[in-house]
Amino acid sequence: MARIGKILRRTFLIGSAAIVGGVAFGAYYVSRPAANPLKPKEGEAALNPFILIDQKGVTLFAPRAEMGQGVQTTWAALIAEELDVDLDKITVLHGPAAAAYYNSALVGEGLPNKGYDITNFQHNLGEALGVLGKVLSLQVTGGSTSMKDGFERMRQAGASARETLKRAAANRLGVDPSELQTASGHVIAPNGSQIAYTELAVDAAGLEPVDVPLRDPSEWRYLGQTQPRLDMVEKATGTAEFGVDVRLPGMKYASVRMNPKLGGAMNGYDDSAATSLPGVEKIVDLGTGVAVIANNTWLAIQAVEAIDVDWGDAPYPPETDGIFAKIAEAFDGSPNSTMRDDGDVGTLPAGATEVTAEYQVPYLAHATMEPMNATALYSGDALELWCGNQAPTLIQFRAANTANLETEAVQIHTTYLGGGFGRRGELDFGEIATKVAMAMPGTPVQTTWSREEDMRHDYFRPGAIARMRGAVQDGTAVLIDGKLASQSCTQQAVERYTGMPGAGPDKVLVEGFFNQPYAVPNYRMSGHIADLAIPVGFWRSVGNSHNGFFHETFVDEMAHAAGRDPLEFRLELMKNEHAPSAGCLEAVREMSGWIGNKPDGVGRGVAFTYSFGTPVAQVIEVVDEDGTIRINKAWIACDMGLALDPENVKAQMFGGMMYGLSAACYGEITFSEGEVEQYNFPDYDAIRMHTAPQVEVRVLETNRHMGGAGEPGTPPSMPALGNALFDLTGKRARTLPLNTQFDLLI
Amino acid sequence: MATTLKINGTSHQVDLPDDVPLLWVLRDEVGLTGTKFGCGVASCGACTVHIDGEAVRSCQVALSDVWGDVTTIEGVGTPDAMTTIQQAWVDHQVAQCGYCQSGQIMQAATLLAENPTPTDADIDDAMQGNLCRCGTYPRIRAAIHDAAAKLKEA
Repeated sequence: MARIGKILRRTFLIGSAAIVGGVAFGAYYVSRPAANPLKPKEGEAALNPFILIDQKGVTLFAPRAEMGQGVQTTWAALIAEELDVDLDKITVLHGPAAAAYYNSALVGEGLPNKGYDITNFQHNLGEALGVLGKVLSLQVTGGSTSMKDGFERMRQAGASARETLKRAAANRLGVDPSELQTASGHVIAPNGSQIAYTELAVDAAGLEPVDVPLRDPSEWRYLGQTQPRLDMVEKATGTAEFGVDVRLPGMKYASVRMNPKLGGAMNGYDDSAATSLPGVEKIVDLGTGVAVIANNTWLAIQAVEAIDVDWGDAPYPPETDGIFAKIAEAFDGSPNSTMRDDGDVGTLPAGATEVTAEYQVPYLAHATMEPMNATALYSGDALELWCGNQAPTLIQFRAANTANLETEAVQIHTTYLGGGFGRRGELDFGEIATKVAMAMPGTPVQTTWSREEDMRHDYFRPGAIARMRGAVQDGTAVLIDGKLASQSCTQQAVERYTGMPGAGPDKVLVEGFFNQPYAVPNYRMSGHIADLAIPVGFWRSVGNSHNGFFHETFVDEMAHAAGRDPLEFRLELMKNEHAPSAGCLEAVREMSGWIGNKPDGVGRGVAFTYSFGTPVAQVIEVVDEDGTIRINKAWIACDMGLALDPENVKAQMFGGMMYGLSAACYGEITFSEGEVEQYNFPDYDAIRMHTAPQVEVRVLETNRHMGGAGEPGTPPSMPALGNALFDLTGKRARTLPLNTQFDLLI
Repeated sequence: MATTLKINGTSHQVDLPDDVPLLWVLRDEVGLTGTKFGCGVASCGACTVHIDGEAVRSCQVALSDVWGDVTTIEGVGTPDAMTTIQQAWVDHQVAQCGYCQSGQIMQAATLLAENPTPTDADIDDAMQGNLCRCGTYPRIRAAIHDAAAKLKEA
């Protein structure tokens, strides 16, 4: 008898499987862009969500992690829309290795496997990345893809389940399925009598699943309407379980210190001052770091800090200046990509005025509110791992390798994430917790990083430099020639995940740089990859997070050089290029009452970034209050194409903006003697209640495609603020953060 | 030496060194995980609890210094019996990742107890020690105003 865990990985297309007392439906379909080589190509994917129906009710297996973006509520709504169950009656379980599944034994395994061949997919993916063939599925919550991904698949799963349940009822009643209706988790017979889905589940398991067309959007009851978040009550009562809240019988608590010279060796350590500290049970040598297992997290932190470690040097220049010199060196080589090359940027059009500027932004930490942590139980021939994570199958693969186990011997339990922002797509916290637990077989051990350890051992948003040259003529832009230099998150991540070097043109590096909807006749944008070994990773909006600032600050400089209103300047270049993008600018113009001037002591800036399929325009207003500058208001307009949950989209938009403003105002990771100089929130602060602007969001739906929501709010916030400060003070911010250049309210 | 703490109306015997912060007593010893660890240096507010009704950062209060009765988020209300302020959080769909919200609610509860009709400036003053990396501030503000209005009606 196979376990559900196996079925989860094997079921593709629309299939069903009998389980004890019920039935499981899986649906498989996806189409999404292949911007990131770690994501499947168009028409391919490796995800297999599930609906489980048994005597207890309807359960959604949500293959996407809930890190605050509301994904599980909207995925449940997609299913409920077709399945005809009440949204609040759906139980949502996290992760592919949720305990409920592993505890359910299967009755049978009669799975159809039509139309899609997992082996073929793995082969192609393996070729694309070098290795990874062993990874059964690439399951990542990131890239603002969840709704685009789930939109078809979840509704198909719900529709198939509904029709199959109707057929089971039809067989029982001896009527044709077309005579039956469905509502609120019941099949309704022609005479009005009702049969609960839970009652029909076992019958349905014996039937070939039915494939039916999806309902027309005009029939929708949940989608397009704001739904109460399914996780809200738990999060208002302290009962939501995050990774750090996992409690198991006999559990021990550990903390860790890895080399602060990132990637350097550990030459040795003296733990004599630590071993005798209260609560300490074991010191663990991790090879490139140390951990202490104790009976309390705080005692573990005290003890691990008492260990005297001799750290080896970092494999990169030890000081920030040297690091940025190395990034600038990348301009000397040929570009990794030139994804836009329109017209002729080599010749300055006759009579045009040239504009040039160089910009630089720092490395950034993710700084999730919940520090990195994971809980592991190693029993010699199996491993269980509990953590909030954005990539359960990858972390399973890594943990298995770490513990020298088959992948199938590792169960991943995905909890709520106390912030993700890209940080929890990494695998280090799972690997470290695995190593720590291996030192104490049979005992569950929770390894929690101190905030300082978390801040200083990130996969940072890379620092970046842009060299921009442009030309304006007759009040408009006639030339943009941009060069960007930065480390490549993508290439480094491919190497980290697969052991093989990443290669090829990196589109993520230049997203937000080359693909903006401005009709400029001579337009070339190139990306140069800096060869540095600082750990870098995917930070909310990734390449757009620096490129939005570079591109939109430069467009602002060009507008001023052209003597034009910066919003009208943009709008003119955009309106014939991409109407939904222009519509966002028009919306913020109207919302903010933008008239091109403003009272003394008030500054306004506008910026726009098209990212993850969603155009977003923002206007930010700053005010001078006795020499201190406060961010007063923000207006955001986005065009989602289709907004499945409008209020949730608004939350993502203003949340993404706040995340960007935090970085723009205060965010900076610097290095000295190879170590990160920032330790905790006092030296890596963020927007707070009194520094957050009032915000108004408008959600438009004219774009032809459904866009992402989680990240597109971030990129335009930083240039919009910088442009507002220019408007207020006449001083142009060409570097971040802003608090070193302006007297911002803190 | 065991220390006795009264937490959410119940007495607990705690056998940990005197200098262990209340936060880690609650989380790792008593098993009340609603109170969160964010920074350990009183700069994020995720660990906020009440001692005799006063909002304090539990990461900065040593076990031996706990001077009164402790209330945590679990003692404020439960999923089946939420208080007005928690209900306001749900009504305004405040939480995103949710990790900081226990501390936000504990801080807001003290604010409303001391000031039943807070202005925006009062909210700025009272809440600026509570960090939210998801940036839910506009909805926290709205929920506090709403809870204040409902408490006034009650």
